[in-house]
Amino acid sequence: MTQKDYEDIPGTFVFDADRSREGYHLNQFCISLRLQKNRDAFNADEAAYLDKYPMTEAQRAAVVARDWNLLLELGGNIYYTSKLAANDGINFQNLAGLMTGMGVDDYRDMMLKGGRSIEGNRYKSEWGED
Amino acid sequence: MARITAGVGCSHVPAIGVAMDTGITEQPYWQPVFKGFEFSRKWIAEKKPDVIFLVYNDHCTAFDASCIPTFALGAAATFTPADEGWGPRPVPIVRNHQKLASHIAQSLILDEFDMTIMNEMEVDHGLTVPLSVMFGEIPADGEWPCLVIPLAVNVVQYPAPTGNRCYQLGKAVRRAVESFPEDLNVMIFGTGGMSHQLQYKRAGLINPEFDKMFLDKLTQDPVGLSQMPHVDYLREAGSEGVEMVMWHVMRGALDDEVTEVHRHYHVPASNTAVGHIILENKDI
Repeated sequence: MTQKDYEDIPGTFVFDADRSREGYHLNQFCISLRLQKNRDAFNADEAAYLDKYPMTEAQRAAVVARDWNLLLELGGNIYYTSKLAANDGINFQNLAGLMTGMGVDDYRDMMLKGGRSIEGNRYKSEWGED
Repeated sequence: MARITAGVGCSHVPAIGVAMDTGITEQPYWQPVFKGFEFSRKWIAEKKPDVIFLVYNDHCTAFDASCIPTFALGAAATFTPADEGWGPRPVPIVRNHQKLASHIAQSLILDEFDMTIMNEMEVDHGLTVPLSVMFGEIPADGEWPCLVIPLAVNVVQYPAPTGNRCYQLGKAVRRAVESFPEDLNVMIFGTGGMSHQLQYKRAGLINPEFDKMFLDKLTQDPVGLSQMPHVDYLREAGSEGVEMVMWHVMRGALDDEVTEVHRHYHVPASNTAVGHIILENKDI
């Protein structure tokens, strides 16, 4: 496989063709929640609604668990998963608070203080990752 | 003849739209964001564009994963603000200059930019937030002060078009506009950015040094800036910071030498560094 020059960025998924292919049905499910009638149907019976989308068992379990990071690890993209979050009343900033593990309040404080610095956050090696 | 007189670079953070729609722009959190647009609103009211060519990206709203056009030009008569998952924004329907839009589409394709043509399209915050910050609050039953030609650029699925391709497209947009016989004052908006990452464990990344470099070079060294590879945006400005390639379309449509008449930069708006710049052509 071709080396990807963006794979050494820590804490980041670049939504490329491989991820798009893996996450296709998951993402199509998420975007369906853009519309109120679909949100109503999903909220009335999650299991029946999810049956319409041939995603993997792991993806389906991550949806049910609202495991926001696992959804990304399994091919979800943030602009899609944010539709599921919005359905649950979670906006982009609070979703980021959950994904970073910081919690909503600490994350908001970090942003008010200027956000996460680039220093120490450019390469996986700086995070002690391969 | 139609002419491009000025370019506007502008973030399109959805929370900025929510702040305007819910009337909380005077709160301490938001006040500094909007203060930077006070000049811009006076400026655009004086300059009175007839048409804005607005470069933005759709955030999985009008386009789902089944179809991902790199460049999609809006040719419909009107564009309705979309429900993005929390209800449509209460802002006016966006009206096109359909004749100019189809002229630009034809001209671009003959100029070897193979556009997707959208005869029906809803528009999301990527398009409506820049209009809102520049024109202020306008009720849903009102009218935007000018016509808008949307150009949706894929920046969701990697790779977005290169900075160079966007810059060259801007030049082709200018050629198209200048070959349209109607006397029109056209402005071009490049939107998105600045540094931000919305996803996963590095979410919240902000890089003011990168953003300042980008704004400086946008005015002074646009060709050099347009050569920056995607990985530099992704690493230095966050995974969603790659939206900034869209500013190159705006810059490419302007003169080589421009006058920077306004700049605004503020952190944060939600997860994002807000950047805004106004560039004027010198011979207008």
